[in-house]
Amino acid sequence: MNPKKNIINSSFEFTPSTQSQTHPGKSLKVQGRKIKAHNSLWDKHNPSAYMANSRPGLDEKLVRFISREKKEPAWMLKHRLESLKIYLQTPFPNWGPSLKNLDLEKITYYARATDKQFETWQDVPSDIKNTFSKLGIPQAEQEVLAGVGAQYESTVIYHSLQQRFQEQGVIFEDLDVAVQKHSKLVKAYFMKAVPPTLHKFAALHGAVWSGGTFLYIPRGVIIEQPLQAYFRMNAKGVGQFEHTLIIVEEEAWAHYIEGCSAPRYGVDSLHAGTVEIFVKPRARFRYSSVESWSKDVYNLNTKCALVEKEARMEWVSGNFGSKVTMLYPCSVLLGRKASADHLGVAFANQHQIQDTGAKVIHLAPETSSNIVMKSISKKGGKAIYRGLVKIAPQAKNAISNVKCDALILDSKSQSDTIPLIDVRNKSAILNHEATAGKLNADDIFYLQSRGLSTEAAQAMIVNGFIEPISRELPLEYSVEMNRMVELELEDSIA
Amino acid sequence: MSNILEIKNLSVNIKNKKILKNINLVIKTGEICVIMGPNGSGKSTLAKVLMGHPDYKISSGQIIFKGHNITKKKPEERAALGLFMTFQSPREIAGLDFYPFLFDAYKALQLARRKPAMDVFDFKPQLDRELDLLKISADWSNRNLNQGFSGGEKKKSEMLQLALLKPSLAIFDEIDSGLDVDALETVSQALKRFKTAKTSALIITHYQKILKYVRPQKVIVIDQGEIVKRGTYRLALKLEQEGFQQIIANK
Repeated sequence: MNPKKNIINSSFEFTPSTQSQTHPGKSLKVQGRKIKAHNSLWDKHNPSAYMANSRPGLDEKLVRFISREKKEPAWMLKHRLESLKIYLQTPFPNWGPSLKNLDLEKITYYARATDKQFETWQDVPSDIKNTFSKLGIPQAEQEVLAGVGAQYESTVIYHSLQQRFQEQGVIFEDLDVAVQKHSKLVKAYFMKAVPPTLHKFAALHGAVWSGGTFLYIPRGVIIEQPLQAYFRMNAKGVGQFEHTLIIVEEEAWAHYIEGCSAPRYGVDSLHAGTVEIFVKPRARFRYSSVESWSKDVYNLNTKCALVEKEARMEWVSGNFGSKVTMLYPCSVLLGRKASADHLGVAFANQHQIQDTGAKVIHLAPETSSNIVMKSISKKGGKAIYRGLVKIAPQAKNAISNVKCDALILDSKSQSDTIPLIDVRNKSAILNHEATAGKLNADDIFYLQSRGLSTEAAQAMIVNGFIEPISRELPLEYSVEMNRMVELELEDSIA
Repeated sequence: MSNILEIKNLSVNIKNKKILKNINLVIKTGEICVIMGPNGSGKSTLAKVLMGHPDYKISSGQIIFKGHNITKKKPEERAALGLFMTFQSPREIAGLDFYPFLFDAYKALQLARRKPAMDVFDFKPQLDRELDLLKISADWSNRNLNQGFSGGEKKKSEMLQLALLKPSLAIFDEIDSGLDVDALETVSQALKRFKTAKTSALIITHYQKILKYVRPQKVIVIDQGEIVKRGTYRLALKLEQEGFQQIIANK
């Protein structure tokens, strides 16, 4: 199979990027849809045999190697080495789900895809093929999504940026590239919202991060269409430490959406990505992600936005899969009238712990936050809402609303709500509401009496439950999220 | 005329309590049967058992629908065979878009019945026509299934589903309760439209009014889970005059 024939994500058209190593895209037709292929994915020069040298474990030598491989400026190497030092000194978190089965010595911290890793569609495990089929993704896309012909672990990211945005000065590219091309800009913001000192995995990330997205929206630029990127984790035991750095200048508006998926492998994998967003005065930004990790992944992600005066930050997230997810997107409301919305869905299936929530720190007057979290737990899965709302002494007249709803599908499954509220100003108005419920047998019977199968009826009810969140996603993502729910529900019917 | 429904010696338990006792009933194709009885007599239970509600355990007996033994079949399988029920209290399903639900249910049934399904462009005009016939003037396109519907709207929602899902036997569980005069007229007309020579109805009601639109051939009275009286339309009239107690006492 010629890898060049493969198509990548069809939800937007690729235009040739300005990167020097790219070639113009080819136009192909897939099931009636015209999609341009972005050849830079497969035409990587410098086919290193790095995978052969890659090894588990982490030390200074490896950190220096990563930096040298990426030809990074000296400041970045320094940052990595400092982070490594912090990592080695920092203990595991003493709260949250157990991470005792996470063997950090067995993780491969840096891997580059090589031509040798090319596999054919036939080699893709059938359960992954089935997953993609059920998601309704045509084979050409499936092949790409399954990593065939477009193996990329840590180094390759593809992006699309429409011409006009480029003209407006929008930068949207691989962070590795941005470190070279926009070194000063990246340096000014990199790990300033999520410093390596935040926790052990932030430090680890600082030492071994690789790839990710850099998005810069200049002042006053409004982008209505969501900007998108995909990350995937392909090789067995490979950690993924991608870094997303987003700067939204004053009065700019944008929406960025990220989908993550990983096939399942037998070795515990670690994902410790970081997202940093800087929302400048009167700017507005929405970050959406639908993540569906392999059932053996420890997904220990850190996401944080610094929100300035009259600016608005919106997080929309769907968390599926993984073994353990610990994810609490954070908004720091720095300026007067800054606001944040946190909307999230988490699905905890068998042997899974979804420990998710939100963190909002009100540091200025008249700041407001709204947190709506929905969780579903099934077959012994455990869904935990863990949240922190902090109102600082100077944050006069701050408002915060928190609403958590849990749907527990059977008697083996669990849900928990751990809200921490720290108020240092008496003028604050806070609301916390939590509900937990089961699937109603009469609801299912009602839908069945209309000819719908038990499975379809359950899926309709669960999708209805998360609808307040999924309706905030672009159509194709909300459809995908609904299908993810259907897949997660499927094996529940004995 | 063939039998569309045969209930044979049906006894039903819930939580080890016997709530239907030895029910025998036949409904022929094209026939209308009315079930009357005091509150809590087992009328709604019978309706739910016929539709296959999982809470009820059939301890003995059989339900034969169109020649198929459906006693152990799932509700959706019964629906596929052509059975339908309007609920006394239709469920409100949060977040489930009403019109897409109607289309999904229609498609699921057509598929199960091995019949071709209309595409959405042909389905929509039919939906609009039924909305019109049911005098639904409010815009339901942004609503979720029955969510926030008034009592009358819920009954109309049931009749709308009936019209679109085209069953051959429909059970109406108090479709006429809680309706104002105009809505009762509209719902009764919808029932009349449904009722052809090929379709059958099992109507559970406390009132006479709806029977003026569709005249039943059979009227039965249930009390304490048992059929205590069988008759024709005249029995319904008698019930209205004399009340249940009199009839039951004279069984």
